[in-house]
This record gives sequence, structure tokens and C-alpha cells, in this order.
Amino acid sequence: MSDVVEKTLTALPSLLSLDPQPGSAKLSSTSKLGNLIRGITELTSKHEEEKLIQHELASIKDQVSSPNTSMRQMKELMVRAIYCESLGYEASFTYIHAIKLAQQGTALEKRVGYLAVSLFLNESHELLLLLVNTVLKDLQSTNLIEVCMALTVVSQMFPKDMIPAILPLVEEKLNHPKEIIRRKAVLALYKFYLIAPNQVQHIHNKFRKALCDKDPGVMTASLHIYLQMIQENPEGYKDLTASFVTILKQVVGGKLPMDFNYHSVPAPWLQIQLLRILALLGKNDQSASAVMYEVLDESLRRAEMNHNITYAILYECVKCIYTIHPKSDLLEKAAKCIGNFVLSPKINLKYLGLKALTYVVQQDPRLALQHQMTIIECLDHSDLIIKRETLELLFRITNAQNVVVIVEKMLEFLRVNTDDYTTIDLVGKVAELAEKYPSDTMSTVFSVGGDMMQPDIPNSFLKLLSEGFDSVEEDRKLRLFAVDSYITLLQKEPGKLPQRFLQVISWVLGEYSHLKDELEPTVVLKLLAKLLDMKHTSSETKSWILMAMTKLCEGGAEVSVVREVSETYSSSMDTVLRQRAHELQYLSQDSELRAKVLLRDNGLRPLEVDSSLSFLDGFVSEALAAGAAPYKPPHQRQEELAQAKALSLEPYGLSLPMSMSSCSITDRQSPTLLSMSSGLSGDSAEISHKGGSTSLKLDGVKRVWGREGYLPQRAAVEEAAQVEVPCTLRSPSQQGDADSSHSQTPTSTPTPTEPDPEKQQLASLFFGLSSQSSVCLMGKPEPTPHRFRRKAKGVTDPTSSSLISTPSNVEKLLCNNLLDSNIASELAVSSAKQITELPQGLKTASSDIKQNNPSLIVDNGIVAAADEDPDRPKDLCLISHLPAELSELCHSEITPLCTIQSILCAVNSCQYRGDGIFPVAWGGPSGSSVLIQTPFNHLHQVTHVSAELKKSTQCLSFAHSDVTFPCRPLTVSTEEYGTMWLSFSHDTKQNLTLIGDGQEALTATLNVLKQKLQLHVVEIIGQEGILSCRLLQDQPCLMHCRVHAGTLAVWLRSPVPDLPDCLIYHCQRALQEY
Amino acid sequence: MQFMLLFSRQGKLRLQKWYVPLSDKERKKISRDLVQTILARKPKMCSFLEWRDLKIVYKRYASLYFCCAVEDQDNELITLEIIHRYVELLDKYFGSVCELDIIFNFEKAYFILDEFLLGGEAQETSKKNVLKAIEQADLLQEVSMLSSIDGFSWLF
Repeated sequence: MSDVVEKTLTALPSLLSLDPQPGSAKLSSTSKLGNLIRGITELTSKHEEEKLIQHELASIKDQVSSPNTSMRQMKELMVRAIYCESLGYEASFTYIHAIKLAQQGTALEKRVGYLAVSLFLNESHELLLLLVNTVLKDLQSTNLIEVCMALTVVSQMFPKDMIPAILPLVEEKLNHPKEIIRRKAVLALYKFYLIAPNQVQHIHNKFRKALCDKDPGVMTASLHIYLQMIQENPEGYKDLTASFVTILKQVVGGKLPMDFNYHSVPAPWLQIQLLRILALLGKNDQSASAVMYEVLDESLRRAEMNHNITYAILYECVKCIYTIHPKSDLLEKAAKCIGNFVLSPKINLKYLGLKALTYVVQQDPRLALQHQMTIIECLDHSDLIIKRETLELLFRITNAQNVVVIVEKMLEFLRVNTDDYTTIDLVGKVAELAEKYPSDTMSTVFSVGGDMMQPDIPNSFLKLLSEGFDSVEEDRKLRLFAVDSYITLLQKEPGKLPQRFLQVISWVLGEYSHLKDELEPTVVLKLLAKLLDMKHTSSETKSWILMAMTKLCEGGAEVSVVREVSETYSSSMDTVLRQRAHELQYLSQDSELRAKVLLRDNGLRPLEVDSSLSFLDGFVSEALAAGAAPYKPPHQRQEELAQAKALSLEPYGLSLPMSMSSCSITDRQSPTLLSMSSGLSGDSAEISHKGGSTSLKLDGVKRVWGREGYLPQRAAVEEAAQVEVPCTLRSPSQQGDADSSHSQTPTSTPTPTEPDPEKQQLASLFFGLSSQSSVCLMGKPEPTPHRFRRKAKGVTDPTSSSLISTPSNVEKLLCNNLLDSNIASELAVSSAKQITELPQGLKTASSDIKQNNPSLIVDNGIVAAADEDPDRPKDLCLISHLPAELSELCHSEITPLCTIQSILCAVNSCQYRGDGIFPVAWGGPSGSSVLIQTPFNHLHQVTHVSAELKKSTQCLSFAHSDVTFPCRPLTVSTEEYGTMWLSFSHDTKQNLTLIGDGQEALTATLNVLKQKLQLHVVEIIGQEGILSCRLLQDQPCLMHCRVHAGTLAVWLRSPVPDLPDCLIYHCQRALQEY
Repeated sequence: MQFMLLFSRQGKLRLQKWYVPLSDKERKKISRDLVQTILARKPKMCSFLEWRDLKIVYKRYASLYFCCAVEDQDNELITLEIIHRYVELLDKYFGSVCELDIIFNFEKAYFILDEFLLGGEAQETSKKNVLKAIEQADLLQEVSMLSSIDGFSWLF
């Protein structure tokens, strides 16, 4: 088949020469479009083409606006306009006419109209709103073709906000007798699911119906939706595993109609879709995986034909087998399969083989070992894509033994690579490796990667350098080495170095050039001064250089060099530069002051920071006395603002509990930055807020001065908070492991029969991959507690960092109420059923509540899996650390989850403001304890919380537990409701199914909601009803319902951002369950 | 699938279909970049490309390049077969298709594509069914040219 196509297409060039050949006869040579196209092919220059098209567009413009143009002519004009647009000329004046054509034309004209619309406009174009009515009309048409066209355009592009308008009609089409309509309707819903998932939440049961459709095409279409949904929540669809397996079995067994065959392979698209779904369902789930083994085996066996399409299926099969719970004989077969891919002479298959290897190599490094010669060949492949994929593979198998060779290969690639995106990605990877396995490659990375790399890479490098490693001697060596190599670089041709690298160089020279005794500061200063004079040095770099000079200048001979520089820049237009120049000027003249400000950091004596900023007290009280407004924290300001402008439609972002925690996290990270915002607060609340927010974005250059001096690490830490910390603290036992593996490697590496010496040397790439050592070498070797300690070094208050390790000191820290501490905890809270111990802990005080609210206790039980941490204090008096909000309430026994350094995480059941019993997780030092979880958060802001907490270098994960929605009725009058309604800014709208029908439907539905979710029905008038509820005291949610076209149109409002969405979800569930 | 481009060996875009919302400027930049990159590649090279965070799958049929952008986790080989099936469809519809067919009847080529892929996913992989749907619509057009009666539900 493809041969025929190729042959006919090869004959093309001769046709293009415009001879009256056969074949061109069928072309619409007489049409205007034909003439236009011919005209353009005859032209020789771009300029002529432009002239011709402009002329064409002018004539189209004339005709489209003429009232005499028929729809048929309009269609013709539209095709020409599409052609002009595809050549890159704008024809926006035709857009509106395209919509008109879709609206008014008959069949084919409409088709062209819709096509033009879908080509001209994109989803956000405002004209698209005009199309909604046309689509509505066509969806209701009795003409199948029109319905098809409408569904096609809807799944191509539709304004998100208008989905509710057509949703009922599209849903209706799921029951259409024609399968083509049902299929298109399913795909339209898929599109809706992608752009606005909450709009189609309520029709999940209809998706199930589509999945069971008797037409395989409709079923296939529904799998797109399922793949998406399962990706987001695999747990929710486990019950379908067996069904998917059955479908796949039938497909593989050839039970589908012949129509679905593609090159005699049964429904390959369907097979691949199913395999992807199965992989998601079987991941980390032994029982679900067990169901799949048979069919996977069958798929592997059946796919024997030598055709691309079978390889496509095989590849997906292999991926699936390696994703789900492993089964040894399947793995073996899959590994063989990968081998076939890798060894294939077809380059596409080779590529996929490498990709598959990359995917599986973390689980089974031996596979890479098997194919090492092929991999080495691929490294020198002429196709960059193959090379790139090979590097990706090598990156995954890097360990301490092969890192040098691999990094070298990566740098080699970087030098020839021209694509920015790849460079950024690869530089990131090299930097990661260089940090993990410290070596001297960073200079090359900086000079090759240039200015494109992420800003956190140089920052984390500097951090690495300044914090140092285990031994002082190592540090010294590394620093000396850096100084040496940078001096050499500067002496050569500094003009070619990227800006970021220059910044790194100047910082290093400023900090560490004194380590090298024979190096005169004057020499360094002169080199730096030379950099300043270079034309393309950016002002950011210049300020780095000036700072370095400030550090270097110790009086004496240097002063003369410095004076000139500082004089030049003290009149600079750039304020930052000017400031630096002045600093330099004063400090170089006043050695006493200099000694006070710039302490030579010997690495052992940490910097002290007064995080409470007590030294500013005098200033503050003076300002207050002079009539300045007292400082208010940002969240308080925001609240006040919200109250002042009740009708504001703009969302105000974080609600109170969230902003509290985010605020305290910021404080912990950067006391110096905090000082900025509070310092400004005397002027006006507004400005200080701005100052606070911008100060967070400043990079290391601009704010590196604390009270006690220069604070480079802090800036670096802040930027690099999430970057993996290198493996520097290896335990001796691991070191031993690595060594032994090294010595064992030669025996376990298969030697090729005729080894090319160079290639064999490259086989060092695979050092350390033998099976015995794989466990510790493949993963990130550093043990967790060490990682924490390393991180803490940069962030934690120095007074505490020396005290951290013992429990008693932890306690001390807690009492000291240190803001500047680092949370690092792993906390897992999972489903209700697993824990019953916790409610047992409820003390007598709360036992009567237990009786009142039994369902809440049972439903809200949570499991607390504590991380076994050595630092965990055993006998802490936990109650004293309860957050202030909770301390006065009755509560159950507190279960500590984990304690790492100064932070304590605990879970308990707590009666919250007298409204019920809820599981509460909280953490932090006493007094400043942050309430991590309120019940509401627990359910629906989980992601938010963990994101927030990740920021402070900890991971905290809460598994979603299936808890009844914990809201309570809120009794308000209709008038109160009215005032509240207007003042709430977060809302959502949705249609719900009614229960029962006729007049009573509304009341019946609302009663169900009242029973199931404890909503308060405020009033029902005719076909409308209002309800209210609340989560906590200050978290109300109002609901307005109206019966409309057989559904319940619901409008929810609340001051809490996610509450409406979350409540609507529970309403849907409640009604479904009913 | 994120988008599909058809372009000639001279780098002229013949067909473009975007399944993700992008501004006009971005579209132009992307197609310019890709056309350049792909044309520079040698015939024996791999049909897959990494481009930004996307995977580009392309294949050349005579003077025309067919190029699709998919996400990284998508199956490249099946995308290649999507391209092939589309070429087969065009071939069947036009009767040994050539580039000129696509140039002069590009709207037909779009219609076939829309019947084959919907919203970036393969909706109908049976050659027979796609062509049946197209023919029905074409038939409708013939009829509507002869008369101007509204509604042709009797056809079905």
C-alpha cells in the first residue's frame, strides 16, 4: 500500500511544472482558487507573492462585504481566504463572515464555514461566542451531517464558559441511535473533560454507559476519557480492571469486526489505549496486576508480525509489564523484547529500544549491562536524537565510578548541540551529577551552558562550595582548585565567558582567593577591574565584581586600584552599582569598619542572625511615636481589604489559615528578607506589602547583607531550597560497598569477543552496575538523616544547629520559639478504616461528644504512620505544644507522627470550636505551631498544603481519605443570606440531577441534601430554594438552587476559595448515592 | 496529539491542524522552526525528534512531509501509523493522491482529517467508515447543488 503511495507521490515534481499532464485534469483548474494557486507557483520572488496576495485579499474583502454575495460564493471566497491565511497573510476581516457562513449556509457551505472558523480562531477568541447559537441549533437539527459538523467543531474548540449551554444537548447525543454521533459526542465530552473537568463531573455514570456501548468505536472513544481520569485517580477505577482485561482479551483474540483491523492487526489503537490504562491500574497493586498477567503474555505472544504496528503494541506491552507489579517470566520476555528493539537495524526501533531501556533501567540495571556495546555504539551515532536518548539512559545509570566518563560524554554533546531547550535540560542534569559526585566539571558546565542554564544551578554550586564537605582539607583543596582555575581563565580570555560564570568566578575569588598565600590581592583586583571595563559585562555581573573587590581590598597597595574603580562607579546611573561602589569606597578606607562588617568566614563559625530583629526596636518605637501606623502582617491587611470592599469580584487568594502557614514558612527561610518588609512598614501598609513580595524574588546579588555581615549562603539556600543536596556524607559502610562493587565489576562485566580498545575503555560507563551493588549505587546513595542535616546547615539558626541532635535540645528549641527552623518530616495519613486506635484515645472529656456525633468519629478516624526517626523525642509533653487555636478545646490523646529537628508533627482528634470532632494534624514549635490540617484542608487542600510544605524542603503527604464531608448547618435568615451572598467572592455553578419529578422534585432533592450533607434549607419559593452550611465558624457556604429544564441549576458562593467546588462535588455524590 | 503539519520539500506549509490553543504568533514560530529542523535531517535518520517538551514524529511521502507533535509519554510508533493511515485515506479518496490534490483541494483534506482525528485523538480508524462519512457529506453537497430543499434527513 505504502509503496503505491510513494510511487504516485514521487511522480509529483513533473506535475508541478504545470504541464497539462493527466492527473491535473481533475484539479479545479478553472476555479478562482486554482488560478490563485497557479499564479503563486509561477511567481519567483517573495515580493511578487506579497503583491498578488494583497490584491487577492482586497478583492475578497470587497466581495464578502457586498450584500449581493450568495452563500455559495461566500464559500468559495472563504476557501481562498483560508489559503491566504495558510500562506501567512492575515485575513481577519473574513472571520466574522466565516461564522456567518456556518450559521446561514446549507450543508456544504456550513461545513466550509465551520472549517474556516476552526482554522482561523483559537479557543480564546472572542468571536467564538457568536458561534454558540449556531452550534446549539445544529445540535438540535434532524440532519445527521449537521449534528456531526457541530460535534466536530465542539471537540475542536469551544469557549470554556459556554460549555454548560450545550452540555445537555451533547449528553443527549450519547443515546443517539447512530454510533457515529455517539462516538463524536463522547469525544466532545472528552474535550470538555480536558478543559473544564468539574463541568462534566456529574456525568461519570454516562461515561460508564459509553464504555459498555455495543459499538466498539464508541467504547474506544470512551477510553480516552478513562485514561485521563485514571491518570488522575487510579484508585477510583480499580473495579474496572477486570473489564479492561476482558476487552483486551477479546481484541487480542480477534473478536472485533474486520473493520477495526489495521494491516491485519486487530484494533491496534484500542490495544495500546488499554495497555496504557492497565499499566496505570496495575502500578503498585499486586492484586490488580495479577489479573493482567495472562492477557499481557498473550499480547506479547500474538504480536509476532514484522510490522511497525506490532512493534508499537509490543513497546506499550513492555512498558506496562515493567510498570505493574513484577512477574519474573513476563519480565524475562519483556527484556528479550527490549533486546530485539535495541539490536534492530531500523533506527526508529533502536530509538524506542533505548527509550524503553531508559524506562526500565532503574529497576534492572543489568539490562543496560547486557546491551552495553550497542549503547556505546549509539553514543557515537550520527543522529543527535539517538545520542541524546543514550545520554538520558546513561544519566540514569550514573554512579560514583562512571560519573566522570558520562559527564564527559554529556559535555561533548553540549558542545555540538544547538538547541536551547536540550542544552538547558542537559546542563541541569550535568549539574545534578556534579553536585552528587563533586568534581571539577562545574567550570566546563558554566562555560558551555552559558547564560541559558537555570539560575539555581550556579547558586547551588556556590552553596556547595561554601558549606563544604566532611573534611576541612577537602574543602580547602576544592576551593583552592576553583581559585586556581578561575585565575587562569581570567588571565586567558575572559571576554568569551558567559555572564553567570563571571558572577560565579568573582564570588569565588572574593571569598577564597586569600586561601592561596602566594597570590597577591592586587593581582586579583586587577583581573577583576579588567572584567569591569569589558563592554558586554552586564550591570548585574558588575555588582558581583564590585562586591568581590570589597571583600578583597585590605588596605595598602590595593587601595589605589580600588579608588579608581569606585570613583568611576559611584556616579553610575545604576543605583545598585552606585551603592556597591560607595560601599567599596568606604570600606577600603576604613579598615576598622571593614573588619567589623566583613568577617573572614572560616567556615566553622556560623553567622548569627537576630531573627526577631530586636535591633530595630528603637527605630520602630520612634516611628510609632511619630504617628506611623503599626505593622500588620500581610494576611491581616488582606482580610481588612476584603472587608472594606465587600463586592470585589477579584479573588483575594489565600484564606487565613493558609496564609498563616505560608507566612511562617517564609519567615523561617529568610530572616534577612523579612527585615526588609518590616523595615518598610512604617511608611504604608501597601508599600510594605509590595516590598515584601518583591523581596522574595530578589536573587543572591542584591540582598546579601545581614546585620553581622555578608550572607551569601542564605541567598543561595533560598534559591536552591529544592535542589537535591549532593552526596557528600557517605557512611563508611557504604563506602565499603562501593569499593567492593568496584573490585567485583570486572568479573561481572561480560567481555565482548573482539573488543575494540577504545570502546572497551568506554565500558567504564557501566562500572558499578553489577547486580550486587546495584541497590545502593543506582539510587541516591546518601542516607536520609544526613540529607536533613546537610540542608539544615544552611537554613537553621546557627545557635541551634550545633544543638540539634539530642532530643532534650529539641525540646529546648521548641520552647525557645525559634522562627528560624527547618521542617523536615515525612508524614503519612491514610484511610479511615485502617486506624481505630486513634479514637480510642479520646478521653472522658470528649466521650459525650462521641455519643452525640458517632458518625463523625468513625468517619474521621485517620491513620498516622510515623516515620521512624532517630531524633524523635520520646517523652515530650505534647500538649504544651498544641497550637493556640486548639489548646482550649477538648482533644483526644495526641499521637506524635514524627519529629525532625525542631519540628514536631502530630495528629489528634480534636473538638474544634465546639462543632464536632475532627482529626487535626499540626506541627511546628510550640507557640508558633501551625495548624497543618483542618478537616476542610484535609479533604481538599491536600495538594496545597503539601506544596506549601515542600517549599520548606520537607515532604509531607496525605493520602486522600474517604471521609464524609464535614459540614454543618448554618442557620441564617433570608435577609442575612442576602447580605452574605453579595459579600462572597468565590462561586461556582453547576447543574445537578433532580430526584423525583413534578412539583415536589425540588423539595425532595433539597431534603436529600439536607439529610446527607446537613445543609440548612433557608427558604423555598416556587421553583427556587436557598440553602446554607458552614465548615468552621468563619467558613460559610451559600447555595442557590433553581429548577430549570429538568435539572437543578445550582449556584454556590463562599469566601473560601475551594469550598464551593468541593461542596458541589459532595452534593453530586450525595444525589448519586441516593 | 498537539498538532499536525503537512509541508512540502520546499518548506511550504500545505496543511496545519492545531489541537491545543496557541496564538497565531506561536503557531508561526513553531511551524517555521520545525520545518527548518526536519528539512535539515537526512533520509536515514530517526523519524522522531525531541522538540521543547514535545515529541515530533514525522515521515516523508514523496515531496510531502507529514509531521505530528505528541506528548512525551505517547507511543511514537502508533503516531507514525496515524500518519500512514491518513495518507492511505487521502490516497483512497483522491485515487492515488499527489501533492497537487492536497494543494487544490485542501478543504477536502481537512474534512478527511477531521473525520479521522477528533480533538487530537484517533476517532475512527476504519478506512471504510471514514470514507463513508465523507462520501455521505459529499453526496449531500451534490444534492444541495441541484435543489435548495432544507433538511435531508430522508437520506438516512
